[in-house]
Amino acid sequence: MESAPAATADWPDQIYDLLKRYDIRQVALVPDAGHARLIRRCLADNDLRVVTCTTEEEGVALMQGAWLGGQRSVLLMQSSGVGNCINMLSLGTIHRCPMPMLVTMRGDFGEFNPAQIPMGQATQATLEAMGTIVHRADTDADLLPTVEATLKLAFNTFRPTATLIGQRLLGAKTFGKD
Amino acid sequence: MLDRRELCAAVLQDRGDLLVVAGLGASAWDITAIGDTPANFPLWGGMGGAVMIGLGLALAQPDRPVLVITGDGEMLMGVGALATIAHQAPRNLAILVQDNEHYSETGGQQTATRHGTDLAVMAEGAGIKRTQRIASLADAAKFRDAVHAKEGPVFALAKIEAKNLPLVLPPREGAILQARMREHLLGPAAHLA
Repeated sequence: MESAPAATADWPDQIYDLLKRYDIRQVALVPDAGHARLIRRCLADNDLRVVTCTTEEEGVALMQGAWLGGQRSVLLMQSSGVGNCINMLSLGTIHRCPMPMLVTMRGDFGEFNPAQIPMGQATQATLEAMGTIVHRADTDADLLPTVEATLKLAFNTFRPTATLIGQRLLGAKTFGKD
Repeated sequence: MLDRRELCAAVLQDRGDLLVVAGLGASAWDITAIGDTPANFPLWGGMGGAVMIGLGLALAQPDRPVLVITGDGEMLMGVGALATIAHQAPRNLAILVQDNEHYSETGGQQTATRHGTDLAVMAEGAGIKRTQRIASLADAAKFRDAVHAKEGPVFALAKIEAKNLPLVLPPREGAILQARMREHLLGPAAHLA
């Protein structure tokens, strides 16, 4: 079982509602188990264009193109994918382009897999080094206000922004060894 | 082998409502040499991202033809995007790779296309149904017709001469490049979004 929220958790549905309220029209993603329910909701919505990318930096470039054409977009990814985005995030600073990102964390609270630690621990620093405003959400109560702030900051102030959804909230993948 | 600016001039002739994204370096100088306009988005960075910017733009503006012009080095860096584009299959997106088999901006080092890599075959393998090779200005005119007919996604590969032409630089303030295209598409409301 991948690191994923309990099936009963309804915050993915609430994030979906936020994306709709903020008129998001393109959703770029590289799948992560933590985003699985949100991805299903987006795929079921004919007014949202879901673009599954082969690497996360494609999603950053897609957001640039969407905004050029007058549409709002968001990038969903796992923390490992942040490392794949580094240079492409220049686009947001070069052009002053809104680029909200929702990042599900690995290599974080209670991680089992040593291979997830290097990028997970570097995720926030990497984003911030490239000019992204980063907020963390580690509890259910924090999550929606943080995601909303990330959307607001991106579209009101024209820059890359990110919410890191912590493993404390998501639950850590344990490979059956918990 | 074609001259890159003659090729661009042929493809951009009577461009009408065409939107153009150009990869960083020589492709950006080429479209600027033909004529700078708010409907051009020449890149100064984000190497490997040109075709994905084109995809986002094409999805947001489905009634406008969108053409991405880029080089072999830039395309190779983000070549996985061809699979993403094949999956989305926007009819209004076209890609022209100007392949001189070199990294011309950095001293003329050879790219993989100099050693057998065929980007048109890669595009076909990615699932892009319409791929073509441009070997003459007549081929370029046919490609131009396909771009305006919105018969995409279409991928064209043109082998071009590897020579450095005079620099013709677009504005290098990215905020202006973005804002002018948004205003071109959305009117003054673009700046109040």
